[in-house]
Formats: sequence, structure tokens, C-alpha cells
Amino acid sequence: MINLLSSILILAGLFFYLAGSIGLLRLPDLYTRLHALTKADNLGLGLLAAGLALYSQHPLTALKLLLVWLAVLAASAASAHLIARQARRQETRP
Amino acid sequence: MNTASLLVFDGLLLLSIVSLAWASLATRDERRSVILFMAFGLVLAMAWGRLLAPDVALAEAAIGAGLSGALLLAAVRKQPRPLSSGSTRGSRYLDGAQVRTVSRWGVTLLCAALAGALAWALLHAFNNAPQDALHRSISANLEASGVSNPVTAVLLNFRAYDTLLELAVLLTAVLGIISLGQTTTGYTPAGPVFEGLVRWLVPILILTAGYLLWVGAHAPGGAFQAGATLAAAGVVLRLAGRRIIGLPDGFMLRIVMVAGIGVFLLVGLTVLVLGRPFLDYPPAWAGALILMIETAAMLSIAATLLLAFVGGQPRSMPARAVANQQHEEMS
Repeated sequence: MINLLSSILILAGLFFYLAGSIGLLRLPDLYTRLHALTKADNLGLGLLAAGLALYSQHPLTALKLLLVWLAVLAASAASAHLIARQARRQETRP
Repeated sequence: MNTASLLVFDGLLLLSIVSLAWASLATRDERRSVILFMAFGLVLAMAWGRLLAPDVALAEAAIGAGLSGALLLAAVRKQPRPLSSGSTRGSRYLDGAQVRTVSRWGVTLLCAALAGALAWALLHAFNNAPQDALHRSISANLEASGVSNPVTAVLLNFRAYDTLLELAVLLTAVLGIISLGQTTTGYTPAGPVFEGLVRWLVPILILTAGYLLWVGAHAPGGAFQAGATLAAAGVVLRLAGRRIIGLPDGFMLRIVMVAGIGVFLLVGLTVLVLGRPFLDYPPAWAGALILMIETAAMLSIAATLLLAFVGGQPRSMPARAVANQQHEEMS
């Protein structure tokens, strides 16, 4: 039962990764690509971490996975912001 | 089914390692090449994980991908921009097409021959070595080493001499960096979002470095991984435009630079005086001595890597400027 649930969570996470990757390849410009990549991947990683935490059935492992997810969330949000801001500045520069 | 799917995964891993390496070498844009190299390092770290070598995987991710990437990006930034920006062929450095085709093929052939010979030797060694001989002799002596992580036991006890010489190499490298003169100017101050990230990322990096150092005694970790993490905290601070990045200057800097090899030698000579062979710790003290050496080594490694990123001696600041900046950072 728990294995089934964690499989579903991991597969759902992989779906969001796939969607984010397709977005990265198909969307027209940098801003929309960043949007697809960061949002979809953050959710995908969250689902993946939840699935793996459930699979491990170990509270300490689950806590570590949660911390990994939170660290990636903050880092990817900040780096997406930095990339977008830099691109915007170069755009407005004459 | 399990082994088959793992085989597919390993195949994909190998394929992406080779293609990332190729893409990193083939691209003409230096920045893109460095970023591909960092991705290559991360996938390589995954391969080390698959080979059940988490210590190497950690080192590869922290030093190979992270800090080397930062160093290479800093080097690209320092280079003068090509005159005709916009065209990728505008680089004033030797172009691929300018190198004579004959010499290019010669180098390729030589590299391929070297790689082939190395692969053959490795395969030969694997096939002829008695199975698990190394593993058995390490686990037989692990108890006397003072630590329970076999990798740390090899690095800091059984083959401590090699690690001592590695630290000597690092010291030589950092002397070269120091002699390049003072650092260039830093980066522009970070905006609110990056500043917010820095404020909690840097303490966590320092905490992680301490954890990696401590955990190295019984699980994957150790001085090199911890030093790289500590240096990463300094890199983040410098990227955020801070002038104070945790590097001491003047006399303190010299002490930190030689701390690793100095403590190592001191321990080695002390046991020599006590009548044991060089670097052969008494088993009762081995754990504490290893932790002491690793702490000093971590500080030296972090200072070396950070000095390499900064690219020279940190500017010594008048005391008032330091106080002012500390005041600014507090508020």
C-alpha cells in the first residue's frame, strides 16, 4: 500500500519534470522557459522527495529529503530571479 | 527486471557523461563550455554514487562541479572580451581552425592511445588482483585506525603520507596565487532577493562544512568535502558583493594557509619522537589526532580554494573601513 502510494508520488513528480523539460525545449523565450523550468521542477522535486520519504519509512531520512527540497526551492527561486533580472537589464540597455 | 532497468539507467548515465564532455569541449563560447562542464561534473558525481563511492561522489560534486565551475567562470570573467562581440569566432585566442590539422589529429591520436593504454592497464589490474584483497586488509585493520569510515582510515591513517603530500601540493598552488598580487575589485552588491538567499545560505554552508568534517570519521565526508563547502560560503559572499568574505589577511592568513600541512607534520614528528614510525599514530589517540589534522586541513583547503577564486591576496583594509562595513552589514 505504502509502496503503491510512493510510486504514484514519484511518477507524478516525473510527470512534472517531463513537463518542465518539454517547456524548456518548446517555449519561445527565456522568461517563459524559466517559468516552466523552475515551477514545474520545484513541484516535481517536492513530489519525488515525498515519494522517496514515504518509501524509506524513516523519519530522519524524510526530514533530510524535506531539507533538500527546501534548499532547492530557495536556490532555484533566487537563481531564476537573477537570470531573469540580468536578461531584462541587457534588454533595456541601448 | 531490476538489474535490466539498472543497466538501462547506467547506460543512459554513461551516454550523458560522454555527450556532456563532448559538448563542453566542442562549444566555442567559453561561458557555455564552463556551464556544460559543471553539468558534466554533476552527472559524474551520480556515476560515482552508482559505483557505491559516496565519498568520491561528494568530492566530485563539491570540488569538481561546484568550485571548479566557479573558478572557471571567474577566469572567463577576467578575460578581455573579444573585440567583435556578437560573432562567436571573434576570439583573439588561437582558433580551432588555425591549429594545423596535422597536429590536431596527432594530439587526438596520442590522447586516444593514452586513454586506451590506461583502460587496458586498469582492466588488467582488475582481472589479476586477488578478489577483495584491499577490502579485506582494510577491514581487518579498521579498528586500529581510530575511525570507522574506511575511506577516511585510508586517507588519514593507512596512506596518510599521500594526503600529507596532497596538502603540500595545495600549499604550493596557493603560494603561486598569492604571488599574483592583490585581488581585483569584487562584484556589485546583491539585490534584495540574492541578499536574502545569502543571509541564510552562508550560515547553513558553514554548518554543513562542520557536519561533513565531523561525520567523516564514520560516514562519507571529511576535510576535502568540508573545505570545499566552507570555500563555497566565501564564494557566495564574494558573488554577493561583500568585501569581507571570511578570509583573514596578513599574518593570520599565512597561519591558515599552512595549518593543514603544519598540524599534519607536527603530529607525524611527535609520534616519531615518541618512538613510533612517522605518521603511525598510537591507536588510542588515532581518532582525536585524525580529527585535529582534518580540522586544520579543512581550514587550509577552504582558504586555498577561496584564494584561487578571489585570484590573489585579499586587500588589507584599514580598520575603520572594516568597522564601517560590519556596521552596514548589521543594519
